[in-house]
Amino acid sequence: MYQQIASNVRRSWLLMFVFALLIGMIAYTFARINGMGYPGVALAVLIAIGVTWVSYWYSDKMVLSISRAKPLAKEENPYLYNIVEALAIGAGVPAPRVYVIEDTAPNAFATGRDPRHAVIAVTTGLLQKMDRLELEGVIAHEMSHIRNRDILLMTIAVTMAGVVTLLSDWMVRYTWRSGRARRRDNRGGGNGAEAVILLAGLVMAILAPLFASLMQLAISRQREYLADSSAALLTRYPKGLADALRKIAADPEPLEVANKATAHLYIYNPLKDSEGHMDRLFDTHPPVTERIKRLEAMTF
Amino acid sequence: MTVWVVLGLLALLAVIGIAAYNSLVVSKNRVENAWSQIDVQLKRRNDLVPNLVETVKGYAAHEHDTFEMVTKARAQMVGAGNVAEQAQASNQLSQALKSLFAVAEAYPELKANQNFLMLQEELAGIENKIAYARQFYNDSVLRFNASIQSFPNVLFARSMGFSEKKYFEVPEGEREVPKVKF
Repeated sequence: MYQQIASNVRRSWLLMFVFALLIGMIAYTFARINGMGYPGVALAVLIAIGVTWVSYWYSDKMVLSISRAKPLAKEENPYLYNIVEALAIGAGVPAPRVYVIEDTAPNAFATGRDPRHAVIAVTTGLLQKMDRLELEGVIAHEMSHIRNRDILLMTIAVTMAGVVTLLSDWMVRYTWRSGRARRRDNRGGGNGAEAVILLAGLVMAILAPLFASLMQLAISRQREYLADSSAALLTRYPKGLADALRKIAADPEPLEVANKATAHLYIYNPLKDSEGHMDRLFDTHPPVTERIKRLEAMTF
Repeated sequence: MTVWVVLGLLALLAVIGIAAYNSLVVSKNRVENAWSQIDVQLKRRNDLVPNLVETVKGYAAHEHDTFEMVTKARAQMVGAGNVAEQAQASNQLSQALKSLFAVAEAYPELKANQNFLMLQEELAGIENKIAYARQFYNDSVLRFNASIQSFPNVLFARSMGFSEKKYFEVPEGEREVPKVKF
């Protein structure tokens, strides 16, 4: 368990580094194409560092506000707080804060940069539709994400993949426009090296968002099985989470506040669009039938 | 030449020894921290018990036996010294509280009392937390005991004052987290 935590912390740093590199490269090619020279390179480095910094400190707050999650006071729902506090004790982490999303679709996610700043967000639908044991299963799954340090990894993936997508999109548009303008200026007089850089930059700008989102999805799919089994070990009652997953999967309503960027944070794909289709590469979560099967095979 | 090899080996041994010792200290502190978690919850429960007894008394004054059982279990809880005694007293108090809540079933006005309902949720929550704290404590003890019994720690752990910790044991059938329906 403690090795797991250490390796996840390393992975988070590696992920931030790779994303920073990617962002820096996009910004650099952009600067080169538009002939900015050394100031452009410095700008690229600054952008990469800035984005990494912001995503480390603020990605949890961004995710919470995108999801329209509101903080919940203990007096408003002592029942939920008692479950959260009990499972936090079981997992050996400080009790996370609890946020609520007003939505009838049952779902939940956890975020924060470390266990001391962790947040668990649940929808009102989850609170209405789950009994105590199922709710405990779901909260235990989120608590495992917190204890295993998945939360930083998964949350920064949202922000940084988002920035890569935005930045490369912006770059493609800008270069396209200024490239055409320049061609008009010097009537086809561009040299070969510039064309190669331009081409390479464009290919990268087009591939980067794809790469970023594939990385984001691969990270989360892999984390889900682990969180499921840690949750089962925590509650010593895998059936609770299995029942909860079955109920959540059977619920037809999609979660309105979720989008492609945040979908992988939730315990179950809130967009409800990918079950059953063949394109595993783009799935946010492992198939729910497989998750339930693995949970039901566990005994304590 | 040989002198340097010997010195190098000694230095290596020292580094390994220090690392092993430090990891034992960390592991021991985890066990102690886990124990304090149980302690906190047990104290909170003890603090709530007189409140609960007073509230129930207002509606069911003649259930003397039950009150006496609860009060006695609570007193034992306060006086308990070591892990084994505390585990024993804690289970007795859990049982006594269960019968107190069972008694409450017979008094509809009591069941509708807001204060009673709040105490009931609070105590159910604490029982749950005690169960999880116990589980976390036992997990930590398991890791600690395994680390002092395995090689190479087993060679020096005992002589440095590390000894096996006791599990917080529970009678059979109590393992399950209390399932409370509302």
